[in-house]
Amino acid sequence: MAEFQQILFWVFSIAMLTAGALMITRDNLVNSAMLLIQVFLCMAGIFLLLHAFFLAIIQVLVYAGAVVVLFLFVIMLLRPEDAKTSAFSPLANAGAIGTFAALCGVAMYTVSGTPAAPSVASGALAQAEPAAAGLREVVQPVFGQYVLAFELTALILLAAMVGVVVMSKRDAANSLDTPNRLDAIDANNDVTTPLAQERTES
Amino acid sequence: MITLNDCLLVSGMLFALGVAGVVLRKNMLVLLMSLEMTLNAANLAVVAFSHFNQKVSGQVFTFFVIAIAAAEVAVGLAIVVGLYRTRQKIDVDSVMELKS
Repeated sequence: MAEFQQILFWVFSIAMLTAGALMITRDNLVNSAMLLIQVFLCMAGIFLLLHAFFLAIIQVLVYAGAVVVLFLFVIMLLRPEDAKTSAFSPLANAGAIGTFAALCGVAMYTVSGTPAAPSVASGALAQAEPAAAGLREVVQPVFGQYVLAFELTALILLAAMVGVVVMSKRDAANSLDTPNRLDAIDANNDVTTPLAQERTES
Repeated sequence: MITLNDCLLVSGMLFALGVAGVVLRKNMLVLLMSLEMTLNAANLAVVAFSHFNQKVSGQVFTFFVIAIAAAEVAVGLAIVVGLYRTRQKIDVDSVMELKS
């Protein structure tokens, strides 16, 4: 059982890292978004292996569902030629490979320098295997100990929502209120529209 | 048996990939995707610590991180759309100054 879990863990990890590497190098943005879904789903699988069931579901719903759909909406707003990128500059390539190698080196050095696993934790894990992070165990602290953080998160989400509405609304309002539009209506209208009528009356 | 070190190694490599993506790409959408991947790597580390220490507060923390990431990506995509409206481009290079 433990071996099976370990095999699954490495399958998910390798699939996730491969998808991540492909994601940052694809030209086509839609391909990148699809590979991002693969990264998120593999991460949800790893969460399941770590007994974080609630988070695995949230990961699929929020990330693989909502966030990627948002990305796809924005990609579809662009013209197809804008959804592709020009060739990568050699400087950026070198920088990316260097960053990746350096950070990987740091991670491997740090991880290999520490003892295998904290013995206390592994002992506790052996006897009390179900870390049982279902809905109840995760949500009770959210509404108990961390209720202030929860309310602040709600506030942040509200602020983000209002910000997005304001940011996308301003341009629309400007383009509607330009005087050109009223003039255009006046110029090619014999029959008076309510808007033009109102304007002649005033 | 999955060990904490395996999880941290995978998390570190995913984080490195995300940062490499931010360095490599000029396209703002891929940049945001790489940022999401970076946040996810951090989530994996926190969940692994939470699992191997038998404490559930790490998962609560990850829950908040996911909520913040959703808010962040919404604002980021609104900025991308605004940028595309004004400049017809979503390359980071096209935003050299804040004034339009």
